[in-house]
Amino acid sequence: MGFELSTGGVNAFLRELARTGRVVAPVRFEGGGAFTGTDCVRYAEVTDIENVVFDEKSRFSFRELLLPPSQTLFYFTEDSITEPTPETRDTIIFLRSCDLHAVKRLDEICRGGANPDYYYEQRRKNVKFVLMGCKKAFDSCFCVDMGTNISDNYDLSIEPDGDGWHLDCKNAEWEPLLRAQGGTETPVTPAHVTETKTRVSIPDDLDFSVAKSKLWDEYDKRCIACGRCNFSCPTCTCFSMQDLFYQDNPKTGERRRVLASCMVDGFSDMAGGVVYRKNHGARMRYKVLHKVYDFKKRSGFHMCVGCGRCDDVCPEYISFSHIVNRLGDAMKEVSEHAE
Amino acid sequence: MPNNDYIPIRSEIREIIRHTAHEWTFRMTWADALSVKPSQFFEISLPKYGESPISVSGIAPGLLDFTIRKIGHVTNELFNYKEGDTLYIRGPYGNGFDLERYKGKELVIVAGGTGVSPVRGVIEYFADHMDETCGIQVIAGFRDANEILFRTDFAKWRQVMDITMTLDTGEPTEEYGIGLVTKYIPDLKIHDPATAEAIIAGPPAMIKFAAKALAETGFPEEHMWVDESRRMCCGLGKCGHCRVNDTYICADGPVFNYTTVKQLSD
Ligand code: SF4
Ligand code: SF4
Repeated sequence: MGFELSTGGVNAFLRELARTGRVVAPVRFEGGGAFTGTDCVRYAEVTDIENVVFDEKSRFSFRELLLPPSQTLFYFTEDSITEPTPETRDTIIFLRSCDLHAVKRLDEICRGGANPDYYYEQRRKNVKFVLMGCKKAFDSCFCVDMGTNISDNYDLSIEPDGDGWHLDCKNAEWEPLLRAQGGTETPVTPAHVTETKTRVSIPDDLDFSVAKSKLWDEYDKRCIACGRCNFSCPTCTCFSMQDLFYQDNPKTGERRRVLASCMVDGFSDMAGGVVYRKNHGARMRYKVLHKVYDFKKRSGFHMCVGCGRCDDVCPEYISFSHIVNRLGDAMKEVSEHAE
Repeated sequence: MPNNDYIPIRSEIREIIRHTAHEWTFRMTWADALSVKPSQFFEISLPKYGESPISVSGIAPGLLDFTIRKIGHVTNELFNYKEGDTLYIRGPYGNGFDLERYKGKELVIVAGGTGVSPVRGVIEYFADHMDETCGIQVIAGFRDANEILFRTDFAKWRQVMDITMTLDTGEPTEEYGIGLVTKYIPDLKIHDPATAEAIIAGPPAMIKFAAKALAETGFPEEHMWVDESRRMCCGLGKCGHCRVNDTYICADGPVFNYTTVKQLSD
């Protein structure tokens, strides 16, 4: 059901939601951007729709709400192990279409397989999604080519329209709340882009032989293995375990899982000194192929949703979409050598 | 809600068997031990220190063996533990060896160094059930005489099956010869390579050359089973560290057919 609502009406609606949950959305923080003098747009709790940033992409994605960069799994003492008290409130997340498609990837990884992830599920089951319509793509976006520009599995969609807001509600419990705030019914289709400045094409014949291409060597030096591309990606989920104990009582502490990056040193190193993918170029190949090849072999759809964040945050100006576009030539190169 | 697979469970150290200065077997309590398969692994969990993936090297009612090399932060600390102490473990993870596959067939086992641990359960089973096999030949390699694991087991197994032990360096004795495991592969007496099965476990280079040597004796690659190892941190197919291409070593393996292993490219 589509609605038109004033800013005051939207804020009153958000306050209703905040009675039983927390509303989180991209918010601007002055300074703290990826580059000096830039602002950082990242997720935080909001009460007013005016504070939600629509005209810029969030640097970090909503993913940290489902998979925190550092999460306590349990507390330990000398003879006990205790789980932390879980968040039981609803979490209402504002996000764009590409990110809503990223949720499908996170669900596949974390909920799928023989061992669904307990801590992911604990958060995921209480999440509701508010789709932020995109009227125009940002420079680095390539959602259309990844097929993630349109979403329909939201609880609510929202976008500014003149002085007010257009919303499409699919959550039956929220409809009366919107009406109560003076929402007038009107047909609404969430805005979505149909073209992007950045385009990608993934070769149909892509396979693992592309690992032999010279393409990757270039990144041995260019990439500084900082991992920012992974940390900003809405579909990266890898983690490492970390134990810590407290200064004042070293017998007690906690085990955490912390976000890990396959670009950073040590990701696959084994106790005893076996090292895999020492060269940064090999790591680049490992990451890129996971995003646009390996993951799809397992799950039937690509991992990358084309949000472009990895391109936005790389301090070396390495472009993931550009690498994807070079895979075609790289395949030609390796098949010519094979003949 | 799914189970919380991350919470480890208390387990008592019943016995410590010291094979070498830095390789000990910890015999630990585990209620459902008999449902565990050889080469499945557990995360040995020492709060404050972390976790370390260790494959099961022995299975008995209520007891599991973990043969552990003192090699990192967690295992260094573990070597301070004594019999009667308790620690935490969680598992079992991975597919493990499917004993049914090898029953009623000729079986060749090639293992090197710590690679003997994941196959020990297989050897042990058939040593106790020799009527269930058409013959087992084991080739086990160690770096030198100080690195030999399961010495008393080998002496016992030798009574019932064909055991070849070899060291990379040293002087040959009645117990062992000198040379790499691959040296002994052409001497294997396989009556019907088309139906025989092979298990290979050890360092990556050994696996590769052993498989090649076996193939040269006429062994089909489809009948070779490899115990792979990578950095396995969660054991659940979630943390990503052990992923190779579209394969998670911890959840899809660690035992793979050699035709699959050949495709894995780190
Ligand atoms: S590609 Fe860029 S962001 Fe990613 S690890 Fe390399 S330098 Fe860092
Ligand atoms: S790989 Fe880059 S473009 Fe693709 S989803 Fe991750 S951050 Fe976005």
